[in-house]
Amino acid sequence: MNVRVGKTAAAPEFSVAAKRLLGDDQLRQNVHHATDIIRAKRALRVEELPDWQELRDAASEIKAHTLRHLAEYLEEFEHNCIAAGGEVHWARDADEANAIAIGLIRRHSEGRDGAEVIKVKSMTTDEVQMNVALERVGITPYETDLADMIVQMAGDEPSHIVVPALHMNRFEVRDLFRVKMSLPELGEQPHDLTDAARMYLREKFLAIKIGISGANFAVAETGTVCVVESEGNGRMCATLPDVLISLVGIEKVIPKFQDLEVFLQLLPRSATGERMNPYNSLWTGVHAGDGPRAFHVILLDNGRSKQLADERERETLACIRCGACLNACPVYRETGGHAYGSIYSGPIGAILSPQLQSLEHSRSLPYASTLCGACYEVCPVKINIPETLIHLRGRIVAEDQKSLKGKLNQQSLAMRAMALVFRSTWRYEAAQKLGQRGQWLFERGGYLVDLPGMAGEWTRFRDLKALPGESFREWFQKRDVNGGGEA
Amino acid sequence: MRVLERLGHRVLFPRAQTCCGQMHYNTGYQADALPLVQRFVKIFRDKEVVCVPSASCVAMMREHYELIAERSGNHDFLCQVRTLLPRVFEFSELLANKLGVLDVGAHFEKRVTYHPSCHSLRMLHAGDAPERLLRSVRGLDLVNLPEREQCCGFGGTFAVKNADVSNAMMQAKCGAVKLTGADVVTALDNSCLMQIFGGLHRAGQDVRTMHIAEILASHGGAAS
Repeated sequence: MNVRVGKTAAAPEFSVAAKRLLGDDQLRQNVHHATDIIRAKRALRVEELPDWQELRDAASEIKAHTLRHLAEYLEEFEHNCIAAGGEVHWARDADEANAIAIGLIRRHSEGRDGAEVIKVKSMTTDEVQMNVALERVGITPYETDLADMIVQMAGDEPSHIVVPALHMNRFEVRDLFRVKMSLPELGEQPHDLTDAARMYLREKFLAIKIGISGANFAVAETGTVCVVESEGNGRMCATLPDVLISLVGIEKVIPKFQDLEVFLQLLPRSATGERMNPYNSLWTGVHAGDGPRAFHVILLDNGRSKQLADERERETLACIRCGACLNACPVYRETGGHAYGSIYSGPIGAILSPQLQSLEHSRSLPYASTLCGACYEVCPVKINIPETLIHLRGRIVAEDQKSLKGKLNQQSLAMRAMALVFRSTWRYEAAQKLGQRGQWLFERGGYLVDLPGMAGEWTRFRDLKALPGESFREWFQKRDVNGGGEA
Repeated sequence: MRVLERLGHRVLFPRAQTCCGQMHYNTGYQADALPLVQRFVKIFRDKEVVCVPSASCVAMMREHYELIAERSGNHDFLCQVRTLLPRVFEFSELLANKLGVLDVGAHFEKRVTYHPSCHSLRMLHAGDAPERLLRSVRGLDLVNLPEREQCCGFGGTFAVKNADVSNAMMQAKCGAVKLTGADVVTALDNSCLMQIFGGLHRAGQDVRTMHIAEILASHGGAAS
């Protein structure tokens, strides 16, 4: 099994990527503006529901229950999907999912070269890098979600789970369309841009015979796949083509049709600040004379079953990809999504990518957080992201401690030394004395500057008050000897 | 300490105390945190009430001490943790909630803004208790901090591991402080205040940072 998540293998460490992005004022302005708007809309739509916390509890419990019985619900889904006329395929990892999709596309295009497919916005197909795999064998995928189309045309990567082109503003989109659609006179008003996209996409919808989607939910009881969206382009892809292929992560299954009642309230309010998504599409198998004539579901593992085995990590599988944690995160707000080196960015990305890949290519991500808890506060399915970040940091340190190189890295040495100091009153007080006596080396007028080693990262941006000549505990000792109390 | 004594309480400072273990625990050195937790519990388990002038240390205790004790497999230790935790209070929590005191007789003639630290806000659910304490201080002009619930960017080792992002968050916080025109920024956590002070001082801003206890201990009008 070869678990891959987007292009993480080639991505730089978070702090390195973040530093570069922090220098892009336009991008940061775009991210600030967009996240401020979505956060405000979400807050409005959450406040108006008196039972919001109960809904979160219900969602969290439904997900926890499903994950405990995942194997049974997946089989139930498979059974009911097949009974309704669908075909179900199982993929262990990204390569297997892409190979199945390519095989199906070839089968349904009768071996003709130059097949084309239209795509519904889907994070899971980005996770397995399906577009790259399709292009490699001569199949052309067209993203039809407006933002995903922009990202694809720009040769860029999504920077947000729900709003993939959040890092771009409309002037940048206009310039892109002018070149890619040969429209040199195009304006930057929203209706100019959507008109141009509509003209371009309508031709694809009418001509291309194979559609590919992800899924927001897969209902075990009925074998139904559900996708919610704002534009209607997803519904075009799900209804107009002859063939529909849905790539579904195994954690997307929910037991009952009625469970949608909970999630279809939580998801739109959390994701886009809407009471309801403009388009809620649900499809079950195939129906003569209506919609696709062939329907395939590819159920994807790609590291998920390993997550399922760990009690702490299992909770992450409850994620419904609403992106609320990204919009709430003060770190994401400053860097945007590309700093995370993965299509899953923000707080959820910082826990999801490392778990899926068993910590490979993503060891800096669990440290890309101040543990401020804003993500946990807004999560509609109550994933305790800060706690999971700490858990993953523990896994990374435990791995480090197994090798000499890991044991001797700067952080490890500093943390072990401090642990020793904190374990003894004598050593603690001696260290305090050492600080008081040695700090003159770095002191300028009562403040410490240009400290060495890791502390230098502190003084790169901030001043630090020098330690006072008498520490609190020294003052207290003296006072205690003299009888103490208020004079 | 002065505030609690002024209210008639006897305050002890056990010299053997060092660190609650949060830094090690949150950075992933959970094995190194255990002896620090054991040390804390041993020192404080026979005390009537434990006052901790740091919301994030209290959050560490409430969120993780039981789990750490459970994982240690020592049942007696777990029982000790369970009986100690209900007696541990953050400073403002102790005053406003446990002792029911808002006016501690302080006098401080400054314009002050309050930064609700993430751990006090989202883990201790401190609510408006700190502000009610500050409003009861004579002469104190409390001004609202814009975007107050945004993290200051400290985050423990985050401040050095991701110094550039931490700096960007700090700049936003310092900008908000500047907008208030306050003389003093206060909070329940010295760690946030160290970050905010570091940024303000580097930028040449003449704004002081004071822990809420320092303000509540003042009775001379100006900062002591």
